[in-house]
Amino acid sequence: MIGVISYLVFFATTASILAIAVLGLNLQWGNTGLFNGGVVAFFGAGAYATLILGGAAQAGHLGGYGIFYPLALLGGMVAAGLMAWIVGLLTLRLRHDYLAIATFGVAVAFENLMRNAEWLAGGAKGVRGFERPLRTALGDGFIYNLVFFVVVLLILILTYLFLQRLVVSPFGRLLRAIREDEEAAQSLGKNPARIRLIAFITGSVILGLAGGLYGTFYAFVSPQDVLPTLTFQIWAMLIVGGAGNNRGAIFGAFLIWGAWTASGWALSRFAPVEVQLYTGSVQFILIGSVIVGMLMWRPQGFLPERLVVSHKGKTKRKQHGEY
Amino acid sequence: MIQHLLDGILTGSYLSLGAIGLTLVMHILRFANFSHAELLSLGAYAALVCDALVSGLAPFLAVKLAPLSLTGSLILAILVSMVLTGLSALLIDRLVFKRVREKGQELSMVFASFGMALIMRNVIGLIFGLSPELYSRDIAFATVLSRDPLILIKPDQVFVLGAALLLMFALHLVLSRTTFGYALRAVAENPSLAQVNGVNLQRTIMAVWLIGGGLAAVAGVFYGISHQLIPVMGRDLVLPIFAATIVGGIGSVYGAVLGGFIVGIAGNLALLILPSGYTPSVPFLMILAVLMIRPHGLFGEARA
Repeated sequence: MIGVISYLVFFATTASILAIAVLGLNLQWGNTGLFNGGVVAFFGAGAYATLILGGAAQAGHLGGYGIFYPLALLGGMVAAGLMAWIVGLLTLRLRHDYLAIATFGVAVAFENLMRNAEWLAGGAKGVRGFERPLRTALGDGFIYNLVFFVVVLLILILTYLFLQRLVVSPFGRLLRAIREDEEAAQSLGKNPARIRLIAFITGSVILGLAGGLYGTFYAFVSPQDVLPTLTFQIWAMLIVGGAGNNRGAIFGAFLIWGAWTASGWALSRFAPVEVQLYTGSVQFILIGSVIVGMLMWRPQGFLPERLVVSHKGKTKRKQHGEY
Repeated sequence: MIQHLLDGILTGSYLSLGAIGLTLVMHILRFANFSHAELLSLGAYAALVCDALVSGLAPFLAVKLAPLSLTGSLILAILVSMVLTGLSALLIDRLVFKRVREKGQELSMVFASFGMALIMRNVIGLIFGLSPELYSRDIAFATVLSRDPLILIKPDQVFVLGAALLLMFALHLVLSRTTFGYALRAVAENPSLAQVNGVNLQRTIMAVWLIGGGLAAVAGVFYGISHQLIPVMGRDLVLPIFAATIVGGIGSVYGAVLGGFIVGIAGNLALLILPSGYTPSVPFLMILAVLMIRPHGLFGEARA
């Protein structure tokens, strides 16, 4: 029984961390219409920076600053935000494709750098030697994981509330206005490039936060954690859940992570041994089919974005509708 | 140095072929097609199968054309593969991209293309296995062009470069001398105006997929000849091809050709200053450099 519960806690922790990431992507893609092809790079920047800043000294690479944990996590968020700032500054004024390609490139280059630069983050061996916060007080067992889960859940709720507030605020309205009709927003004196940059950076900071928590959870991060797979998973979560809907984003995260875990378990349990080598391939085909299938048959996702119709505006248009 | 330059030109020849198709699709259908590189793998593997079939049916074709390691059957297989890959590109558009296009916005297409790339890459992996394949198991000896500095070149590489240039020249003639070429350029400029003038948009889109797929197939085979066939080759090729289109300017065929060579040469010259592990990052650095200096590429124009 305790085994089942501790597995559920483990599962829910991972899913909640991913849900935070999906919320960050939702701000970019769902609310602002920005395509982030390199989700994993911003997630990874958060994880790496948190572990390097908060970890114990390591021979041969950067690290060992042993910074107070919340500050280290904040550092991870800043690292992701800085990366987003540079990429955004270069691409957000151009046509949409450029951001997609450049962010995809960021992810390739980030993984490549982490794998090769041993002086920076340990190369292929990854970053070790990170002590999870409050470990001395809580130990390493079930209690620790439970407390960690509660903290992650709280952060998830806070992120959700923050984004919900943002969506209904004038800024959120502005984001949707730019997404729907950039020129119209511009004609009202708004600066779409600037607003998009702010939204892109904010979303990436949230991705960095998720990455930082992920790194903390495992107390270890390596190039294996920043493969493009994660980008595809997080997209599938958002598309299935419903782009533009924060509740949908969280729902999608739990659903897809559940399906991913279950399919991996089923394949390893029931598939013949010679097929096991191809478990990854089968799972990739599944996730690709989920993305393509949703876009073909239900592009709005299971929990679609709720259109905020401003009724005042509607009646006004009716009144002046004649000319 | 000269060796790296030569290798770069050879890399450039298949990158260019891949980039031409991609830039056409990106210009006319207006989306970054992340599954384009998978058409290269598809073409390469289709040629592998056709090669085996042809040499089984007509063994006299399976003789090496000295000094190349290529056989007559492989050349025939390339032609068949061009057609097959072009048709597959068309089929994928019909089955997936067309529907997504009708349902959603431009960026849904980008997502869909990523999904398709995942599906194609892994289906190829399931069918052919994850281990590398080769067109010819024989060792192709390189000819020594010069001993000091040592410069080596394989006859196959000369063939690849020559064939690629020939194809590009043929495409140039089609684009600049035929009514079809004018129609294609007109659609790229302004789809609605082209339609008003009697250009069949659907047929032009079909032609773009056929050309793009056909050239991708050749590019894939040439990659396979120069390196080896692996199911994940698309993953390694997608960024360099995108870099080539961005360097050349999205929508410009000549830009794509030049961009392909520039990216190929830069990737190989980078070996002089960077450890080889960093090679996959070079295309990204080139994209960043272009976006900083000349955001619309060498021949591109601003378009929302």
